[in-house]
Amino acid sequence: MKLNTNGNVYTFCYAAVMVIIVAFLLAFVASALKKTQDANVANDTKGQILTALGYDKAAINVADVYAEKVQDNVFAEGELKAFDGNFNTTYGSLIKNGELHVFTATTANGEQAYVIPVVGRGLWGGLWGYIAVNETKDKVLGTYFYHESETAGLGARISEKWFQDQFIGKPIFGEDGNVALTVVKAGAAQQENEVDGVTGATLTSNGVAAMVKDGLTAYKEFLSGAAAQCPNKEKCQGKCSSEEECASPCPADESESTDVEQ
Amino acid sequence: MSKLFSEENKAAFSNPLNLNNPIAVQVLGICSALAVTSQLKPAIVMGLSVTVITAFSNVIISLIRKSIPNRIRIIVQLVVVATLVTIVSQLLKAYVYDVSVQLSVYVGLIITNCILMGRLEAFAMQNKPWPSLLDGIGNGLGYAWVLVVVGFVRELFGFGTLFGYNVIPQFVYDAGYTNNGMMVMPAMSLIIVGCVIWAHRAYNKES
Repeated sequence: MKLNTNGNVYTFCYAAVMVIIVAFLLAFVASALKKTQDANVANDTKGQILTALGYDKAAINVADVYAEKVQDNVFAEGELKAFDGNFNTTYGSLIKNGELHVFTATTANGEQAYVIPVVGRGLWGGLWGYIAVNETKDKVLGTYFYHESETAGLGARISEKWFQDQFIGKPIFGEDGNVALTVVKAGAAQQENEVDGVTGATLTSNGVAAMVKDGLTAYKEFLSGAAAQCPNKEKCQGKCSSEEECASPCPADESESTDVEQ
Repeated sequence: MSKLFSEENKAAFSNPLNLNNPIAVQVLGICSALAVTSQLKPAIVMGLSVTVITAFSNVIISLIRKSIPNRIRIIVQLVVVATLVTIVSQLLKAYVYDVSVQLSVYVGLIITNCILMGRLEAFAMQNKPWPSLLDGIGNGLGYAWVLVVVGFVRELFGFGTLFGYNVIPQFVYDAGYTNNGMMVMPAMSLIIVGCVIWAHRAYNKES
């Protein structure tokens, strides 16, 4: 029997059946593989943090080295507290909500370091990265950047080692106390806090510059150490005019902090 | 066996490599040829990915070609390609994560590649699965070699490297040679593709 493949009924049925089959197939594949994929993503994120610390993630067992060398913390109210929730693989929304993760770690060279996650936008999609800073929080020890969908061979080169290694040893802050570390046009880096961008990928390079600046600025309280001297800076807004005054807790906020604890 | 490799089937495989090359003759898939050829490695990865996906989607469409309603055939082809690419990328993500990270940039470019749709419409809809498979592989490789040629020229003159390794010795730079920044721009790849097409047609003048 020959089917009339041009009839309306056949066309509709064919489309409906095709959609149902494809939908089930995709849903099945996605749910069956989700667990393995999530484990891979978490492992890869840990590998990215270790890369920023100077480890070669291809040559080590990422999970073991991470467990041994890295500690996940949250920076809140002027101090680091160990984070005991599930390991996060994206940090954009957390930073926006004020949950500032800082990883304390030892680098491949045995130095004490803090790793800060940063998130930004490139030309076509999201960018993210991890910046390792030294113990005194003023110099970069290493970086890792990656992207969702930058152009292969151009913007995608921000994920290459030569680009990321340029940041090593760069000071974070300028003389005015603001984040001065930036990416400039390829070949134009003169100042000590400038690094070369990627040739032919100006918009992605600008995206990295903005990501580094915004990302580090979000952690300014942690990095500048001012918070350590002034744990109540946020609460006694305006009441403390100078760092010296801040060093001692503001009288007004004693009650507030006890409220929070209750 | 002899039937599997008949003259006709061989032609299905070898024609797209040369006389009916998807880029040089049919001028299909140009957009992706411009996007990923600034270096050699992404050009090769993209070429191989397209080869695999073209081959498999050709076979699937060829298997169901008699049942596809004529009026929605393009939609059916698109669904097959998109499903295939999505499932493959999901599998890669679960079992070979590093490869999937490398390929993530290309997934969108593969689905929208004109060569895929072109081959499904022009070949797989009329032919049996085996010739369709050969045709898919042939077209993918025909596309790949043009990408590799363009990638080779652009990386060599644009960056002075091949596969990321420096090949132009330092004394050439000392003598005043500089990398050509123009090569890195997409516009230059259009010009190089044009040169490839020119050379290819000059060589195959009689046919």
